[in-house]
Amino acid sequence: MNAPTLTMDVRRIGDEVVVVDIKGEVTAACEPMLMSAYEAASDGRTSRLVLNFAGLEYMNSGGIGMLVTLLVRANRQRQQLSAYGLSDHYREIFELTRLDEAITIYDNEESALNGVAK
Amino acid sequence: MTETAGPDRVRSAEQIGLSAREAAATPVPHPTSNAPPRNAAQAAGPRDTDSWARKVDRLEVDPRAGVRGTNVAGRRLTGPIQGFGKMWQKTYRMKAGPGIAPEQAIATWREHFPEFWPKGNRFAGALTGINPGDVALLDLAIGGGVKLSTGVFVLYADAESFTLMTPQGHMFAGWITFSAEREGPQDGGETVVQALVLMRANDPLYEIAMTFGGHGKEDKFWAATLTALGERLGLPNPVVDTKTTCVDTKRQWRHANNVWHNSMIRSVLQTIAAPLVGLAHMVRRGKDPAQV
Repeated sequence: MNAPTLTMDVRRIGDEVVVVDIKGEVTAACEPMLMSAYEAASDGRTSRLVLNFAGLEYMNSGGIGMLVTLLVRANRQRQQLSAYGLSDHYREIFELTRLDEAITIYDNEESALNGVAK
Repeated sequence: MTETAGPDRVRSAEQIGLSAREAAATPVPHPTSNAPPRNAAQAAGPRDTDSWARKVDRLEVDPRAGVRGTNVAGRRLTGPIQGFGKMWQKTYRMKAGPGIAPEQAIATWREHFPEFWPKGNRFAGALTGINPGDVALLDLAIGGGVKLSTGVFVLYADAESFTLMTPQGHMFAGWITFSAEREGPQDGGETVVQALVLMRANDPLYEIAMTFGGHGKEDKFWAATLTALGERLGLPNPVVDTKTTCVDTKRQWRHANNVWHNSMIRSVLQTIAAPLVGLAHMVRRGKDPAQV
């Protein structure tokens, strides 16, 4: 299995909101990294998880599948999952796979934190 | 809950030798078929740009020979989020050895995908193989002489993987990713070929059917498909390992009304109604002077 070329930084914004900055290539091989970022973000207080895709360089269908798995885990913890920073190309992929029906997409971090979808 | 079964080995329907052309196969370029060409700015986008299908709201299909072709046109795509039943991840893996490159395995799979399907099932795809945006029509044997007519959409395809997504009415809502990669010492080891299904049964009736034998049938189906691919690649004794994991035990009752699109019910009704429809066509033609 090829080594993932991805970094994830977890930023806490206040008590309940966590932003995960995703940079690089999102494939199925990154699942352990994403899940450990999720563990770091979920400390019992977190009710909203915001994925920042501004640094996304590549994503294949395995990456989309991994996001579905993450969504299931977040739903289990009654956490809301949202995203911002998607290019037109990746926003279209979210719409094509109908992932946008479960992960709210925002234009930027400010609107994501305020919960104002465009 | 995790259930693991296998290794599993099922004989393929067909035994076909690997041609010299396939042995030297290179990935087929993906002429996307469901949208106009991209402009220069889009072409300069991420390197996965041409691997993804363009966005579609509802599927459009052309008639294909050998399949009924119903229950696909006008349907929306459904992922695991839109399904009803428990969410499952099923992995079917086969070791292909160090002599077969992942790209070669996937090129063969994409080019000859229908030939690897078990007997009694029909996959009518595009003549050019599996390319992003293609819609394939399926007739699946469900017993009692009835064929379930549905389809799949090619969501993604590159040199090392391709993914099919299902429409409304299909047995499951989700996608199947077929991939090959080298595993082992510094990833220069042997090639492993894999089919990964991420799915929920589409509606309550399918959930019941999957619980009472459907999952087992599906396991045999994909094991047979991989075995047939292994034989085509020249493997002397292809063995398929199956791993099944329940990702979400909850059922999504808000999607119970997916049953309206159920292709199994519609296929049975279409089978029953076929003679009457044929008769009506004959009568109509008989009354029309232009047809006489």
